[in-house]
Amino acid sequence: MNSTEFTGQVASVFRDEAGRLTAALVRVLGDFDLAEEVVQDSLVAALEKWPEQGIPDKPGAWLMTTARRRAIDILRRDKRYRDKLALLERSSVAPDPREADDRLRLIFTCCHPALAQEAQVALTLRAVVGFTTPEIAAAFLVSEATVAQRIVRAKRKIVDAGIPYRVPQGGELASRLDGVLSVLYLMFNEGYLSRGGSVAMRRDLAEDALWLTRLVDTLLPDQPEVLGLVALMRLHLARSAARFDAAGEMVLLPDQDRSLWDRASIAEAVALLDRAGAMRRTGPYQVQAAIAALHAEAASWESTDWHQIVMLYDALQRLADSPVVRLNRAVALSQFVGPEIALGEVNDLAIELAGYHLFHSTRAELLDRIGEPALAREARIRALELCHNPAERSLLERKLRG
Amino acid sequence: MKYVLLFGGTMENVDQLEGQAREEAMAAYVASGKWFEQYTKAGKVVGGEELQGPSTATTVSRKNGKIAVTDGPFIEAKEVIGGFALVEVADLDEALEMAKAWPGGPVEIRPIVEHPRES
Repeated sequence: MNSTEFTGQVASVFRDEAGRLTAALVRVLGDFDLAEEVVQDSLVAALEKWPEQGIPDKPGAWLMTTARRRAIDILRRDKRYRDKLALLERSSVAPDPREADDRLRLIFTCCHPALAQEAQVALTLRAVVGFTTPEIAAAFLVSEATVAQRIVRAKRKIVDAGIPYRVPQGGELASRLDGVLSVLYLMFNEGYLSRGGSVAMRRDLAEDALWLTRLVDTLLPDQPEVLGLVALMRLHLARSAARFDAAGEMVLLPDQDRSLWDRASIAEAVALLDRAGAMRRTGPYQVQAAIAALHAEAASWESTDWHQIVMLYDALQRLADSPVVRLNRAVALSQFVGPEIALGEVNDLAIELAGYHLFHSTRAELLDRIGEPALAREARIRALELCHNPAERSLLERKLRG
Repeated sequence: MKYVLLFGGTMENVDQLEGQAREEAMAAYVASGKWFEQYTKAGKVVGGEELQGPSTATTVSRKNGKIAVTDGPFIEAKEVIGGFALVEVADLDEALEMAKAWPGGPVEIRPIVEHPRES
């Protein structure tokens, strides 16, 4: 086994086991902070030991034994935990197959709205998907100390403020599920946008976000917006092979080689979206997936059903209006009413999106199309100043060179 | 768990309002009374008071070891704390539910520190 295969296997073991272990330990210990900490310790121990010893036959049991030993060590030092210690020493705390999957409770606790969203993301990645702190730091381009501090603070708040370990019920479920989905989509976007042709990361954040969204779908079935988000992520991923050329340079949608798109995956995503649509509860993720599906099914950029896409953006604006949605709508609009009118709509967003690089690069494209190269250049320079993603920067620089 | 719900309000004094604004403020006042009544009956509210306005506040602070007594509240803000409720509920979600049912302005939820009792 080469090292890439090995790290891939470790990542898949971690995401299968970490959430289950954390959930099982929270149940036994009744202490979120401690449970999460010892599972993290066991992952770090595995990263030290497994490269030499190989992945054990029952990696879940190995991780559980390690986490349990660590918990016993910590609890022994504190008299207050005598009862819990006895419990831990008696039982094996193996995830009980008869128990319902506790990971859903874990997800809702990690994504509680009383926690800052960046902390929700970090905590979910660690506790549910089995990321280590350095991996989160690498994925979000922040320091390990920052991630560690976010996690410590969030866990302290869960305990001190009495954030429950529970799946919300009744009318509360819909709004809390929205919160979970926005954490998952944020994770996905961070992974999808930052992965370039050359960036080799141990864990693929976009794939992990898709895995987690599917897990939510399994544990909480028949939620059309969850299906919509799975479809949306799959449609994006189905086009990955065409996003970078042989030289590792980014290729935008109009110029992508559509023969590289994963047709089978697109068809599966569209089928998922149809299933969601049949539930007759539309939402922003289903609409965004429908837009992505129209792009994915079009034979070329020019023959895309722009009229339908604009109508879907109108629907999206009604469900979840934002300046970015209006910007994307204007791009679609430019395809059948021409760049002048679209440019007018884009210019209306100048104040709200002044700090958003895609606002300036979109303006540049439209200005080029109406024959204003000097203004287009100015807009592109501004976009470059605001853009931090290496692949996007390189694309802008190429266009500036002409 | 025990929490304190801190009710925020604006600096405006109800007595100085006129017309519709005054009616709305009075209606909110009545609704707040009902909120207290309902949750006290349910055994969730175990204490609470309405506070007099920020113009009546006096702040005692310590600076460089010296105690200073000054006029006014300690937070300089447009929002002031108009009252509070001490509630005893299962968890933060239950406290959040009560805060969402509060008919007035913003509500800050703070868990109280449970000091261990000597036995």
